[in-house]
Amino acid sequence: MTDLNTDVIQGTLDMLILKTLSLEPLHGFGIGRRVEQISRGVFKVNPGSLLTALQRLERAGWLDSEWRQTENARRAKFYRLTRTGKRQLEIETADWTRRASAIQRLLRQEG
Amino acid sequence: MALWRQFSYGLRSLIHRSVKDSDDDDEVRQYFEETVAAWQARGLTAEDAKRAARLELGNMTAVREQVRSYGWENAIRTIASDLGYAARQLRGHPGFTIVSVLTLALGVGASTAIFSAVDPILFRPLPYPDASRILTIWNTYQGARSELSFGTYRELAQRSRSFESMTIFELWQPALTGGELPERLEGQSVSASFFQVLGVAPVLGRDFQPSEDVFNGPRVVILSDRLWQRLFHGDPGVLGRSIKLDDNTFTVIGVMPHSFEDVLSSSTDIWTPAQYDTRQITRDFTGATWGNHLRMAGRLRPGASRAQAIEELAQIASTPWPDFPRPRWASLKRGLIVDSLQDDIAHTVRPALLAVLGAVLLVLTIACLNVVNLLLARSAQRRGEFAVRAALGASKQRIVRQLITESLLLALLGGVLGLAVAGAGVRALIALSPPGLPRVDAITVDAMAFAFAFAVTTIIGVVTGLIPALHVSREEVRPRLEQSSRRTAGGHAFTRRALVVTEVALALVLLVAAGLLLHSMLRLVAVDPGFDPSHLLTMQVQTSGHQFDDLPSSPGTGDNARRRFFRQALDAVRQVHGVEQAAFTSLLPLSDDPSWISTYGSHFENDDPQGGHNVFRYAISPGYCAAMSIPVLSGRCIDEHDTATSPPAALLSESLARSQFPGQNPIGKRLHVGPADRPWFTVAGVVGDVKQTSLALNEPNDVYLSTEQTWFADQTLSFVIRTRGDAAALAPAVKNAIWSVDRNQPIVRVATMDTLVAVTEAQRNFVLILFEAFGLVALALAAVGMYGVLAGSVAERTREIGVRAALGASRGNILALILRDGMRLTALGIIIGSCAAVFASHALVTLLYGISRLDWMTYLGVIALLTAVAAIACWTPAWRAARVDPSITLRAE
Repeated sequence: MTDLNTDVIQGTLDMLILKTLSLEPLHGFGIGRRVEQISRGVFKVNPGSLLTALQRLERAGWLDSEWRQTENARRAKFYRLTRTGKRQLEIETADWTRRASAIQRLLRQEG
Repeated sequence: MALWRQFSYGLRSLIHRSVKDSDDDDEVRQYFEETVAAWQARGLTAEDAKRAARLELGNMTAVREQVRSYGWENAIRTIASDLGYAARQLRGHPGFTIVSVLTLALGVGASTAIFSAVDPILFRPLPYPDASRILTIWNTYQGARSELSFGTYRELAQRSRSFESMTIFELWQPALTGGELPERLEGQSVSASFFQVLGVAPVLGRDFQPSEDVFNGPRVVILSDRLWQRLFHGDPGVLGRSIKLDDNTFTVIGVMPHSFEDVLSSSTDIWTPAQYDTRQITRDFTGATWGNHLRMAGRLRPGASRAQAIEELAQIASTPWPDFPRPRWASLKRGLIVDSLQDDIAHTVRPALLAVLGAVLLVLTIACLNVVNLLLARSAQRRGEFAVRAALGASKQRIVRQLITESLLLALLGGVLGLAVAGAGVRALIALSPPGLPRVDAITVDAMAFAFAFAVTTIIGVVTGLIPALHVSREEVRPRLEQSSRRTAGGHAFTRRALVVTEVALALVLLVAAGLLLHSMLRLVAVDPGFDPSHLLTMQVQTSGHQFDDLPSSPGTGDNARRRFFRQALDAVRQVHGVEQAAFTSLLPLSDDPSWISTYGSHFENDDPQGGHNVFRYAISPGYCAAMSIPVLSGRCIDEHDTATSPPAALLSESLARSQFPGQNPIGKRLHVGPADRPWFTVAGVVGDVKQTSLALNEPNDVYLSTEQTWFADQTLSFVIRTRGDAAALAPAVKNAIWSVDRNQPIVRVATMDTLVAVTEAQRNFVLILFEAFGLVALALAAVGMYGVLAGSVAERTREIGVRAALGASRGNILALILRDGMRLTALGIIIGSCAAVFASHALVTLLYGISRLDWMTYLGVIALLTAVAAIACWTPAWRAARVDPSITLRAE
């Protein structure tokens, strides 16, 4: 079995969380699963890092949280994007796009 | 906003810790359960799904810890738990804790207090703008500073270019009348530029103007804030008001700021222009303008350096100009002494203060060594504990943090107590401070000094506390665990022994210094002052008022009025019940009377015309020798027959008579004292020498004259009253007797002679008390250190001692073994300390009296004391070792 690197690219976890939550409020596991599915398994999220990141983003004011029932009747902490969170997502997306395209240009140039 | 949220979230989770924790746990559990459910959805059984989830997510406990430990509040929780543990540790070892905290408190407190006292005098800039540009200028007499004359001031001020302004000032003690009792104010008579030189202006009103500092100029005064509050209750309408001083009316033109400190004479409350008659300077060398009684200061021009100014003044002194004639006593042939104001006011106390500062640094060093010693001893005992903690999974980082917390807690306790010690110490220093110590009012606990001492001890504590942690690492756990029970001798034994030897050596240095000072003091107190100071009440009476003015029509009327007043006052005093004898003198021995005012040139008939001596001139009343118990060795004392009309008589001191007339009878010889154009004084008697300025000084050239026969009547005389009972108790009755003659004459400096004698030696006493205190502290600390090392060594050697006992060593053998160990350390410390003391005692030379700094009696005494104390410190551990039961020790292994 080849060990493909499934770590989230350093510094992008926050952006991935914000983006995921911009679609609908989710709990921690839901966020992790969604990131995995949409990235088609390229990224796997470590629960420790994810839950800590959620605390951090909440304290930064980008997320709100509340305890609710899930569809399968478990109590879960749901996170929701705030207005400042939405703005932060735009900033981070723009920043990422700018940097990723720069890297692409660099990689594409003819040797 | 985000910061605030961080803070409030953290605070909430800190307060509702369990809620936050259980929320986190729930969230992690839900995550796990969802993962399990997801595996089940793919068709695994409940068991397999759980296993798969664990495999996927890893250790859920670690995840929970990771989530829980998020946030700044967790650092606080760790610190709090470390602190709690540290506090329990310290509480669990009260002996160690108390000794360490006291050591730190003493070291930090004592050095802070001393530095606080020394700093404003020696180091902190004076409270004036650009204070370093203020210089003092003195005449030179016998190589030392001496006052100069107005004529000299005028020449220097006009010829020098390095100064922005120059000023002269002298003591002025006017009598304030019109109140309930006549009182004498402490003032200065100054040139108009005085406050410009200091760089401080009145806060109310204005400064003196040059037009006011002229002969017969307007009578104006500037008040200190203190006097303004006292006399006028801080009334801002004081400007233009008049006060009556010496029967003259002075107008108040200004008030100095509350913060203004006159470092030149800290008790000064009032200033007035000196108003010298400049026309006199070139005409008349005998007038007031050429008396050497002024002090002088100048403020350097911007850009002018001190060296430049000194060079310029020296050049002026050595090249007289015809425009500025100089009399013989102001020839400046010996040059001028120029110093910065700061160094000048401190120059008499500097050696004492530096010695004290050095002593307290030694105490601080010993305190630090002791703390290191205690911590090393403790870490040796705790090696097992750390090994266990490391084995149980504590990271090295965690253990280090724990140790730092413990050291810091210890340092904090020591520091807080040290601050209290410093506060009490500063108050005690101010209370003990000898008169004449400059800037006493500026002494407060110095924050910088405290921070410094606290930082030094803390850093040392932390670093030392860390040493055991550096040895802890997982690889070593097993052997350490085994060792901890066996207690083989620790690796720090050598370091700790070296520390104790150093402590003993430093303590010896301090004790030798204290011993030398104590010895000096004992010798000094045993010095015979030449008179009997017991049951002797003294007070100074100042005559002031227009009734003592000389009328131009009949010169001498003022002097006669003064003499009459003093005669009548003396008669009244002699009537007071309890007075055995009473007399007065112009110069009171061992008082703060400035002796240079009473120093005059004398010239005997047999001297060659250029020869002569400087002598102290005592103008005395009949009965002075008897009242003071000064022995009359030949001839007679001054008595009632020496009147204005009888031939002038003089008494010589024994030493003067002997040096002037070796092998001859001095009675009947003739001399001049002061002006040479007066009739000769004839020697009528020889009396014993007295100590004038200090018990430590021999100033044997004294001439006594009758107040009735001197060429001027002294304005101020000191009464000496020999009493039957308690001298101090008679003071009110004597004062009333003097005031019964004239209610308007101030009486000042009422003190028994015993008090005055004590005051003259106050500086020496001050240093002695401090050295004694430091010496004792050092001794105690060294003893504690010695005890600690031996106790530790006995504990570590229990097994060895048990084996020795089992092999037949008697209790006496073992006692001797440990005692010998301790005594060897002591002996080494004493040898090193003695060598150090021989060097260090150089710093004390100026403070010693009558003994050499290498006085072997003192050294031997101190060594005996130190050895005895060390033996006591060794005894307990040795005794404990001797009682080791071999069967128990050996079975314990």
